[in-house]
Amino acid sequence: MIARPRIEGGSSAAFWTVFAAPALWIVAFFVIPLSVIWAYSFGHTEGLTEVAVTGTLGNYARLSDPVYLWIFGKSLLFAGATTAICLLIGFPYALVMTFAAPRGKVLLLLAIMLPFWTNLLVRTYALMAVMRSEGWINQGLGLIGLGPFEMLHTNFAVVVGLVYVHLPFIVLPLFSTLDRLDRSLIEASLDLGAGHLTTIFRVVIPLVWPGVLSALLLCFIPALGSYLTPDLLGGPDSQMIASVIERQFKRANDWPFGAALSFVLMYLTLAAMAWRALTERRAAARVAA
Amino acid sequence: MSRDRAGPLDYARRWPLRLWVGAVMLFLYLPLASLVLFSFDASRRTIRWEGFTFDWYVRLAGDQALITAFVNSLTIAAMTTLVSVVLGAMAALALWRFRFPLRGAFDGAITLPIVVPEICMGVAMLVFFGTIAPWPRDLAWPFDLGAITIAHITFSFPFVTVVVRARLASFNRELEEAARDLGAGELRALRDVVLPHLRPALIAGALLAFTLSLDDFVITFFTAGPNTVTFPVKIYSMVRFSVTPEVNAASSVLMAITIILTLLGMKLQGTDMAGK
Repeated sequence: MIARPRIEGGSSAAFWTVFAAPALWIVAFFVIPLSVIWAYSFGHTEGLTEVAVTGTLGNYARLSDPVYLWIFGKSLLFAGATTAICLLIGFPYALVMTFAAPRGKVLLLLAIMLPFWTNLLVRTYALMAVMRSEGWINQGLGLIGLGPFEMLHTNFAVVVGLVYVHLPFIVLPLFSTLDRLDRSLIEASLDLGAGHLTTIFRVVIPLVWPGVLSALLLCFIPALGSYLTPDLLGGPDSQMIASVIERQFKRANDWPFGAALSFVLMYLTLAAMAWRALTERRAAARVAA
Repeated sequence: MSRDRAGPLDYARRWPLRLWVGAVMLFLYLPLASLVLFSFDASRRTIRWEGFTFDWYVRLAGDQALITAFVNSLTIAAMTTLVSVVLGAMAALALWRFRFPLRGAFDGAITLPIVVPEICMGVAMLVFFGTIAPWPRDLAWPFDLGAITIAHITFSFPFVTVVVRARLASFNRELEEAARDLGAGELRALRDVVLPHLRPALIAGALLAFTLSLDDFVITFFTAGPNTVTFPVKIYSMVRFSVTPEVNAASSVLMAITIILTLLGMKLQGTDMAGK
């Protein structure tokens, strides 16, 4: 007799009623498509859209080509700079949010969430309009006799755009860690004569450090995979990984290489998720102990 | 009159921090505000204010291609919402209620679409609907939107699951047990006791799915064939050329819809929290 899988919590009829449809959906339209891409990343093209999966690692090896290495490095640099600037801008904001009155808290939350919910394309376009040479930043600079500066279609514009888009990604997790912080520790530090800045750097930041790391990751990973922002705000030399992936699939028709590139992004994402789960579990264990 | 002195932890009332928050607000909102402002500007060049006009909106309403794209987007969003709420709620119930083999794998697979980079999901959909399971070409509307809708449901329903699971955590199981003791069957108890409790989460999840679908550009861009255009894809092709007041107007419309839906969702969840 085959041992039937154990289902606990209710009748198996009820279980299959709620389980079957979402499970089938996620396998058919998510797990399978991603697995195909994963398999393609170990293959090579034969003919126009035929891909032979041969188990080759050649697509991953092509990443060591200086052209792609440079683009990869630049993507890491852009995402890193974005994350650092977001932290710099976002930390004081999250701090204010944490210590605001309940009403202010809601308003500050809303203020950071509304642009987040606004279409990415719309936000990017808004930045294009502001930063182009006739935009009002350059007009304003013109009034005091400066510029116009070419800002749009530069690497600078890409980083500004990435910061603009990813600020909520860092503020929200920062706020949720700061909000859980034991305030008496800050008060103790202030009572013992430390200044506010000393308290923040020597008490608050070390205490919330795991949360800060996790916030940095939540900002870094999506920034690394950005497609639209470098595409619209960047110049010819501001390409990031996603633009290269797009080219492999839409124009160059080198699916296996594109697949390998997207899976490098996936591996990074999965590693980040695993790391986060691990640190959270460790933190929970520490609280329990 | 002197205001009461700020306490040591009243960081929200210290002026350098207030200034900082103000600057962040300007950074976040000035570009968007100027976008909306110039959608009402009479000048074509969207540089200097030359008088108020609705011309660009009128012109949008007469642009047949844009209207088609808009109707496509709303149709996709509506279908996505419907299916996502059902699938999302089912997955949440399965994870909340049952212990089963591979539960962790199922949980992971459901959570993954939320964190996967859009570009990866986009190319996966491109290949899937291109070669593995080609979506039939030249279908009548709205069936030609099928591939995009399936892709949208796939990244939307996990968000519904998250919202519904959060709500289920506050469900008092004794209520369901009471219903069962009083003779209700398993499904009857689910329908009459659990679902009413979930209602706010289902509404919030529906609004979330609708906004996500309406807003998506990257995944749609990869999934869509050459003949199916959604509103964001259409705006993208307009933006590529230049900054024009028509794009400002179209963007403002999209922004207004999203903001209204988001505020509605927050309000619904807010009243829900207050009711507890």
